[in-house]
Amino acid sequence: MTAPTMESRATSRGALATLAHGLRLTPEFREGLGFTLLLALISTGGRVVVPVAVQQTIDKGLNAPGGPDLALVRNACLLAAAAVGVTAIANYLMNVRLYRTTENGLAALRVRAFRRVHDLSMLHQAAERRGSLVSRVTSDVDTISTFMQFGGLLIVVSTAQVLLTTVIMLAWSWQLTLLVYACFLPLVFTIRFFQRRLEVAYGRVRETIGRMLGAVAESVVGASVIRAYGVQARTAERIDGAVADTMQAQKKAQTLAAITFSAGELTAAVANGAVIWVGVLLGVGGDLTTGRLVGFLFLVTLFVQPVQIATEILNEAQNAVAGMRRVLDVLDTPTDVADPGDDGAVLPPGPVAVRFAHVDFAYPGGPNVLHDVDLEIAAQTRVAVVGETGSGKTTFAKLLTRLMDPTSGDVLLSGVALRRLRFSSLRTRVVMVPQDGFLFDSTVADNVRYGRPGATDDEIALAFTELGLADWVEQLPAGLASPVGERGEHLSVGERQLVAVARAYIADPDLLVLDEATSAVDPATEVRLNRALDSLTRGRTTIAIAHRLSTAEAADEVLVVDKGVVVERGPHAELVGAGGVYSRLHASWMSQSR
Amino acid sequence: MSPPAPVAAGVIRRGIGILGVAVREEPRIFALSAVGSALFGLTTIGQAYVFGAITERVIVPNIRDGEAKTAGLAIAFLAVVVTAMLKVVGIIARRLGAGIMQYRLQASYRRRVTRRYLELPLEWHQEHPTGELLSNANSDVEATWYPIAPFPFAVGVLFMLVVTLGLLFVTDPVLALVGSVVFPAIATLTVLYSRRMSPLMTHAQQLRGEVSTIAHESFDGALVVKTLGRESDETDRFRAKAHELRDTMTAIGRVRGVFDPLMEALPVLGVLVVLLVGTSRVGSGAIDSGQLVRVAYLFTLLAFPVRALGWVLNELPRSVVGWDRVQRVLTATGAQEYGDGSIAADAGPTTLTVEAVSFRHGAAETLSEVALDVQPGRTVALVGPTGSGKSTLAGLLVRLVDPHTGQVRYDDLDVRELGPGALAQVAALVPQQTFLFDDTVRGNITLGADFSDEDVWAALRLAQADGFVAALAKGLDTVVGERGTTLSGGQRQRLALARAVVRRPRLLVLDDATSSVDPSVEQRILAGLRDSGPASTVVVVAYRRATIALADEVVFLDGGRITGRGTHDQLLATSAGYRDLVTAYERAEVERAAEHAGDEFEVLT
Repeated sequence: MTAPTMESRATSRGALATLAHGLRLTPEFREGLGFTLLLALISTGGRVVVPVAVQQTIDKGLNAPGGPDLALVRNACLLAAAAVGVTAIANYLMNVRLYRTTENGLAALRVRAFRRVHDLSMLHQAAERRGSLVSRVTSDVDTISTFMQFGGLLIVVSTAQVLLTTVIMLAWSWQLTLLVYACFLPLVFTIRFFQRRLEVAYGRVRETIGRMLGAVAESVVGASVIRAYGVQARTAERIDGAVADTMQAQKKAQTLAAITFSAGELTAAVANGAVIWVGVLLGVGGDLTTGRLVGFLFLVTLFVQPVQIATEILNEAQNAVAGMRRVLDVLDTPTDVADPGDDGAVLPPGPVAVRFAHVDFAYPGGPNVLHDVDLEIAAQTRVAVVGETGSGKTTFAKLLTRLMDPTSGDVLLSGVALRRLRFSSLRTRVVMVPQDGFLFDSTVADNVRYGRPGATDDEIALAFTELGLADWVEQLPAGLASPVGERGEHLSVGERQLVAVARAYIADPDLLVLDEATSAVDPATEVRLNRALDSLTRGRTTIAIAHRLSTAEAADEVLVVDKGVVVERGPHAELVGAGGVYSRLHASWMSQSR
Repeated sequence: MSPPAPVAAGVIRRGIGILGVAVREEPRIFALSAVGSALFGLTTIGQAYVFGAITERVIVPNIRDGEAKTAGLAIAFLAVVVTAMLKVVGIIARRLGAGIMQYRLQASYRRRVTRRYLELPLEWHQEHPTGELLSNANSDVEATWYPIAPFPFAVGVLFMLVVTLGLLFVTDPVLALVGSVVFPAIATLTVLYSRRMSPLMTHAQQLRGEVSTIAHESFDGALVVKTLGRESDETDRFRAKAHELRDTMTAIGRVRGVFDPLMEALPVLGVLVVLLVGTSRVGSGAIDSGQLVRVAYLFTLLAFPVRALGWVLNELPRSVVGWDRVQRVLTATGAQEYGDGSIAADAGPTTLTVEAVSFRHGAAETLSEVALDVQPGRTVALVGPTGSGKSTLAGLLVRLVDPHTGQVRYDDLDVRELGPGALAQVAALVPQQTFLFDDTVRGNITLGADFSDEDVWAALRLAQADGFVAALAKGLDTVVGERGTTLSGGQRQRLALARAVVRRPRLLVLDDATSSVDPSVEQRILAGLRDSGPASTVVVVAYRRATIALADEVVFLDGGRITGRGTHDQLLATSAGYRDLVTAYERAEVERAAEHAGDEFEVLT
């Protein structure tokens, strides 16, 4: 099965376009952005105070006619101190606003992406690795957050710093300004050269880390198999290999980063040496004062820092943009199986009848899994759908509960097309119990309550009793309050299915769809449970996808699916002797179970 | 929510202890980076001296005299560039050293943690959530060694500060006083900053973990969320945590907002004081203008590196938490003890004896006094209701866990006496839940042992997996597992089965190992196993009658005890529980038929 992944659909937007798109989708980011930028500009002012103060001190204070002029220096320093005070306040305000705005925006983005993942059809959900979906609402957003508050802020501040420095440099000497720019120009190219290599190196680091995490995970997730087959040494070797690869990649990237960083230091030195040389020549010619020349040396420091950190920030920025792109891809993915919302219809009250009208279904890029399924299921009947693995019976269940939409044709419940049905109505009236009865890391009671929020413990206990499972609850260490563990792992697979059935049962749906919901339960319990369900679900429509044909025997009617086509239909008693697919399936089942 | 309390001094002390461990483990690399850092510090100070000297001896006299002396300018140029080159050497040594030290420590501790994972008994694994173990090996190891990156820098900065203050005193005691106020003030501010900041950072990190946990769980259960229409509730749950994280981050922004400007303003104010005081000192002839420029430049150059102290301190609390969590794994006890016994790997099926075995899972006893003996080549079916302890017993048979009392013996040899790896030579388990390594089909079956491709194909045929493997793009070389080709549950189970049978084990334990396989395919597998000859003693956990039918003997397990034993027919006659379980479908059918008859009867009357 292949579905279009988000990657393949992702538009190859450039960095700026991605940012613009992100701003468009997240209005929270734009709130007061202009003022925050202004504050950032002001807060940079503090950094040029020193060079200017040094220049003033030397030119007007120390070299004042008649010896050092202390009063002038004092005034200059007080003025500078005041400027420092103002910029500090601007800096404070900018930080607070920056964090508030970005965190607000990111929280909103995170929550929206989370919701969107749940709104995607299960086809899309399944096409993505679980881990990749999680990272889109966690680490990807965290990367953006870190970038905005450190690298991104530095970009803004550094740009302001370079601009401000340039203005002062120009005011003092355009010749030296040109000289400084001439020195830094080659650095920009050098850094671009290294930056591309760094990008590759960091990419390799990420890749090796991914592999290493996978290898480490094997030692935990595969603990039983490793012990059963005594392959500890081999597993250790695989981990060590991956760990060593990661370290090599990290060392290589670190070496490149160190060299790149150094290039800035050397350039600054060359620039300073040149400024001194040319500056003295200019000074001798009377075009430059001593104070301005010395002030220039301080200004060059302000110049090198932004260029130096640019390499690191650019990488951070690329990661952040990539993260942003991944988050936006989630938001850009159309909800192909969308809730019609308030425009939609509501399921009429009472029992639910089902109609498949010429339904075809194919997974994207694949052949048809269901062909022209056209049938009606009367309200209040119990129907079993049987067929071999891959026959399309699970697809049938997914279309019925609108986990997916048909490629062509329509599914109607009580005459209402599923596509038009509001989810609020659909999901309360139609409930499916999937084969993998996923449980949340909570108690048995809380997991059942998931089916009907607000159900009391007594109601939950009653549900188990009605399902004939009171004995089972009793033998749990803390009864209904027993914790089920992560993904329900404290319970056996069969026990998880029992909880999942109770969860659906308490939801009290009018159409109950069971997709091999009791496949891991022992036969006696399964029979007991099915009998309980039979009597309890009279008056509703029940459709059971069955692996074990015992379910089919108990149903009012059996639908036999073979290679995507409904080939037979009728009560068990009729079909079993008809000599068709069902007869064959049943014979095989009998030879297995008797 | 009250803000997290500032970090206790004890945490800083413990953090410094961890740095000590790092130095002891990587002394050479640390020495390299510390020397590099010291060189960086000295050349930084040197730069200030060079600029001071150039100002005093080149710039001021040349401009005053209106004459540019080329020799002096050339020397000035060279002095600036050479100092910078030395500084670059220092920077590279420091950064490389720090990076390599950090990466080596990470790698070393990852190896140690995963080595423990492989040594510790399965019971220990079962007591710890998967997510926790993964983060112990990944993020906790990483957090432990985070402070290593800025650590050599900080060491160099401390050295630089001492030298600077000394030089200031030599230059001018009055300016030195300014320095001895400003630099300690920056250092103090840094410490205060990190003590306010790091608990918030730790809190934020913890919240990030919680946000991630919710997302993981919610997406894992996406189908349940969807089918019960609980998307909005899940979003609310996620939003609450995301907002908590947002609020903590905003609080971090406020703290940063207070301290960042202060840290930036302090050295600038220091320079202003230097200029003010310095001017009067120049006026009184105590210093010359070159010395003043030097001191001012020194202040500018030092302001930034001093913060490195803060970077280290900031990371220490996280490092301590990571270290503690890593140590919990490294010091965990209870490795499975091995003897030095050996057992022939090719002596035909083994005798299996289980003697008075009990096993507790927490407070609950999952197996009590289980006794069982299986003659060589026999097949025994373990049957029992959901939760009766079948899987636990299956695991005990191949020593995944050890019983709390009692013994498991192969050919009268206690499995605990076998040397490491000896047991896997004779016994194989196919567990209920399949695990595939991120490896090729071949690698997943051989697990590195020396089997020919013919052997592998034979095993695949027996497991009814040869068909789909042959259809894979690269056959045996196709990568499966987490990052590889997606296989269905039934296909995965068949590969796991092939992994077991390729070893021709003397004891084969199947724990409901064909539950996802189609009944007809399962039948072919079972027939194959039977026909391949009595090469193994087989214990099979089963529900299906067809599987039970293959067994020479059936053992009925109920509530952790063996309550019945014999052939299928004998058990049917003697064990009510067994009868109840295996005839459930027939009885259901009969009852239905009776009801049906009843219905008709009602209709008739």
